[in-house]
Amino acid sequence: MKPFVFTLRQEPAHRVDLSGLAPDRISGRSAAEIEKIEIGTTKTVIRVGDVFRVDTGDPGVVRFEGGSSRFDLVGSRLLPDHSVHVVGDVGAQLGRLAKGGRITVTGSAGAYAASGNAGALIEIGGDVGSFLAAPLAGELGGMSGGRVIVRGNAGMRAGDRLRRGVIVIEGEAGENLGSRMIAGSVVALGAVKGRIGYLNRRGSIVLAKACDPGPTYIDCGSHNLTYAGLLARSLRSDSPRAAAVLLCKLRRYGGDTAVYGKGEILTPE
Amino acid sequence: MSEIVRNGVRIDESFAEAFPMSGTGILITGPNAKWARQAAETMTGFATSVIGCGCEAGIDYELSPEETPDGRPGVRVLLFAMSSKDAEKQLVNRLGQCVLTCPGSAVYSTVPGEFEIKVGDAVRQFGDKWQTSKVVDGRRFWRVPVMDGEFFCEARVGLTKKSVGGGNLLVMGADWESTMRATEAGVAAVRDVPDAIAPFPGGIVRSGSKVGSQYKGMGASTNDAYCPTLRGVTNSALDADIGCVLEIVIDGLTDAAVSAAMRAGLKAIIDMGPEKGAKRIGAGNYGGKLGPFHYHLKDLLP
Repeated sequence: MKPFVFTLRQEPAHRVDLSGLAPDRISGRSAAEIEKIEIGTTKTVIRVGDVFRVDTGDPGVVRFEGGSSRFDLVGSRLLPDHSVHVVGDVGAQLGRLAKGGRITVTGSAGAYAASGNAGALIEIGGDVGSFLAAPLAGELGGMSGGRVIVRGNAGMRAGDRLRRGVIVIEGEAGENLGSRMIAGSVVALGAVKGRIGYLNRRGSIVLAKACDPGPTYIDCGSHNLTYAGLLARSLRSDSPRAAAVLLCKLRRYGGDTAVYGKGEILTPE
Repeated sequence: MSEIVRNGVRIDESFAEAFPMSGTGILITGPNAKWARQAAETMTGFATSVIGCGCEAGIDYELSPEETPDGRPGVRVLLFAMSSKDAEKQLVNRLGQCVLTCPGSAVYSTVPGEFEIKVGDAVRQFGDKWQTSKVVDGRRFWRVPVMDGEFFCEARVGLTKKSVGGGNLLVMGADWESTMRATEAGVAAVRDVPDAIAPFPGGIVRSGSKVGSQYKGMGASTNDAYCPTLRGVTNSALDADIGCVLEIVIDGLTDAAVSAAMRAGLKAIIDMGPEKGAKRIGAGNYGGKLGPFHYHLKDLLP
């Protein structure tokens, strides 16, 4: 069955909230009904029909032909066995609170992508903004499951308060990667800046390029970790480069000893 | 009793009577095949019969590094017990004493059963609060620091109550050598069937038992009807040309696995023929009233 397609007519003048176009929320509705859904976030009324041409299809497979950095909350609360594919860019909070399924974006994503993600596989072809997989203000925990693959660069504080799941950043990572991590794993293949794993409790941060982990991470020697082998096998199809790094003998820096101290930064020898 | 003949081997019109069991399976990986197998062999030692060992366990098959979750050589082990509680107790004990202790080992669940045994959740406490958990692809694992690195163990493994224990083949030949030759061929074929094990030494038991004893308090005793040295003085089931009987006992995760294993074993023994191997094949049962699974030899013939 062909996918449910939203084809971009024109980029909206204001930011729009696309959380209402998740597969489970458009199921059973006609194209005319969907075109009337209000998606504006300002005083200006913007409806789906103003931005997209709607071609109905399998609501479990939603496709956006054309993106915009003003498209917020794409794939929000996505359910397992559903998928959202965007040809182009998206705005903030991509895959916010997704429970499962798969979200792919060929372009770049804004801030707070994968925030609150609990199980979705989110793949971003371009760059991603700050606070990847981080909690919104007032929330205690970040991403709690699933996987995020960023082919480009990530902004600052990627993986902030990560609780579970895996983040792979194939490009460069901004300042304070893995800040306040609770658990989970972050793999960064490009250069990293600033403090790494600041106040990390039990999380694993794998860095392809050697860096100074700072005084609160303590060298624990080089090891062949079974966990790294398992993660490498699991990431083999999503990010072969990340898998290759994980298969190396890894130097383990235990920390952040400023807090719990059970986390780690791993870098190839 | 012997009316069917295949390739010169007489087949009893009998059946193996088997029982429901709780079964579980784990994959043990190691830095190399030797140490993966060492962990598996240690864990499945003293696990021939639930009567005295608490469980029946054995190696199901070996996996190449390409086939395991962590890219290391692996061995799949199956463990069966009479109740899920017994299976849990035996698995946790054996994991803690035989696999955790084995250099380089890691443990993964391989049975998507209806129930779960909290193995990693029990063994993790050995980490004395240095252990950490990781969730990969929805499965939780524990990393327990040990002296050679980390013991990596899945938090929970599946357990199924649809397992079957007690499938069997009685291999009867002229002497020990020919009977052993046929039985070994049968065991090799049984071991090629996934989800089934032959838990006795080398897959073979020579002390088949009957229910009851002349001694009080003995629930089982030697199956005198199949003891060749008693052929003339007891109500023997053996023909004049039978000088040795060996048994292959089979446990499987499913009814179909036991059936397939018995079928494979039968074929291998029959293919060898009576000159080099067995002259007759039978199966052990208790009259059909105790176990709900009946595997009739005539239905499993090649």
